[in-house]
Amino acid sequence: MTSTVLSSVGSSSAAPATAPHTALKVARYEISNIIRSRWLLAYCAFFFLATDALLRFGGDGGRALLSLVSVVLFVVPLMALVFGTTYLYDAREFTELLLAQPVGRGRLFTGLFLGLAVPLSLALLLGIGLPFAWHGVGDNAQMVTLAVLGGCGVALTLSFVAIAFLVAVRTEDRVRALGTAVGIWLVLTLLYDGLVLVGIALLSHYPIERPVLALMVANPIDLARVLLLLRFDAGALQGYTGAVFTQFFGGAGAAIAAGILLLWVAVPSLLGLRAFRSKDF
Amino acid sequence: MLEIRDLTKAFGPLAVLRGIDLEVRPGRVTAVLGPNGAGKTTLIKCILGLTHPDGGTIHLGGEPVIGDAYRARIGYMPQIARFPGNLSAADLLAMLADLRGASADQTDDELIGLFELEPHLHKPLRTLSGGTRQKVNAVLAFRFRPALLILDEPTSGLDPVASGILKDRIIAERAAGRTVVLTSHVTSELEELTDDVVFLVEGRVAFSGPVEELLLRTGQSRLERAIAQVMRSYPVDSEAA
Repeated sequence: MTSTVLSSVGSSSAAPATAPHTALKVARYEISNIIRSRWLLAYCAFFFLATDALLRFGGDGGRALLSLVSVVLFVVPLMALVFGTTYLYDAREFTELLLAQPVGRGRLFTGLFLGLAVPLSLALLLGIGLPFAWHGVGDNAQMVTLAVLGGCGVALTLSFVAIAFLVAVRTEDRVRALGTAVGIWLVLTLLYDGLVLVGIALLSHYPIERPVLALMVANPIDLARVLLLLRFDAGALQGYTGAVFTQFFGGAGAAIAAGILLLWVAVPSLLGLRAFRSKDF
Repeated sequence: MLEIRDLTKAFGPLAVLRGIDLEVRPGRVTAVLGPNGAGKTTLIKCILGLTHPDGGTIHLGGEPVIGDAYRARIGYMPQIARFPGNLSAADLLAMLADLRGASADQTDDELIGLFELEPHLHKPLRTLSGGTRQKVNAVLAFRFRPALLILDEPTSGLDPVASGILKDRIIAERAAGRTVVLTSHVTSELEELTDDVVFLVEGRVAFSGPVEELLLRTGQSRLERAIAQVMRSYPVDSEAA
């Protein structure tokens, strides 16, 4: 068999693989795999039941929303990290099979990312949205707050799936990756706020609002929390710092914060993509 | 068909491939053999682009292996078949056809019938037995009529009937002028299928050539004995070829 014969055999079926919608093709099959999994159903059911319970027993819609903010900010990053890490390890052999096809690594990574992040986001939106549709949303302002909560939840899902992928691609050992992922969550959720509070307490006689602001922006969960609490006008209730925040984020500041939240999606995604491209399987 | 020159790869301080030179001839079945840790898997992964070599060149059909499109000419059957559990075999066949841009008239579904996979095509893959999944794995490798087939322990996990069907298919592929590269621990299978042997030891090619030449050089009449002799002549702690 001559090389010219071979190239003609190859070129007949090689062309479509590099088309930009390859990522969407991968995502489509990954999504149809994941929406049939029990853990995704459980994830959706958790938000549905929690939201429903808060609306039934948590007082008016406003208070239910406020409690729901805490639940979402607590659960979404953790689950995105855990699902993201285990998903990539479970798909390891299949990923190798897909990489052996005429498919670019960037498109495959994007497809895998969307394949998990889209179902997780939809499960969250359905889980918190359906009970509100059922019980009814209070007023327009609450509707907007619910939308902002949904938006922040999706942004955190994308961000923490990206962080999980970055960790999983860079770590060979599954248990260590899972440990790292949970460690990141512990630091960002618990340790971080604790340290910031200690710092604030120690330096309370100094003008530290700006550094505190920077610290909050540096942590995507805190950033989302600030964005949401500002919706409740609760920022002003948290003393002088809260007042500074309200002043800063008021109006255009909220857009800046949203932009930074998007950076929290973009940077880990790009770092993960880079690691995935150079990885030896 | 496949030309590899001075291929090197190290994982940290561990040099796995130390300058591999070999040529896989078209229309033949080449077995890549060697003790565990000799670099067989890494070599195959370099050809597939799963692992990035540190140095050297790989040419497929006279063209350097760059980018992703060249893999349209390769059919790969990994040793372990693990698929997304909630998809069906039919989903999987559609997915790979979709990714390869292969239309229905370009695919070869003979193996689906021979393996009697039809009743299992629409069940979730997680409900299929390991052997059935391995059959799906084989179907995927052959389905798009690739010029080069890379089969990693192809008959592992298959029952004797399915194993026979697969071996017949490999022989038919060779008769059709296609090229096959395989690894195997089963010597009877190697004796039945192999035309050429590439023997790796510690990341280098210890022998590369037709089976007859290996037999002649070792003075043995059977491939199994010849392999054993090549392995003994290298002081490597190993369990199998």
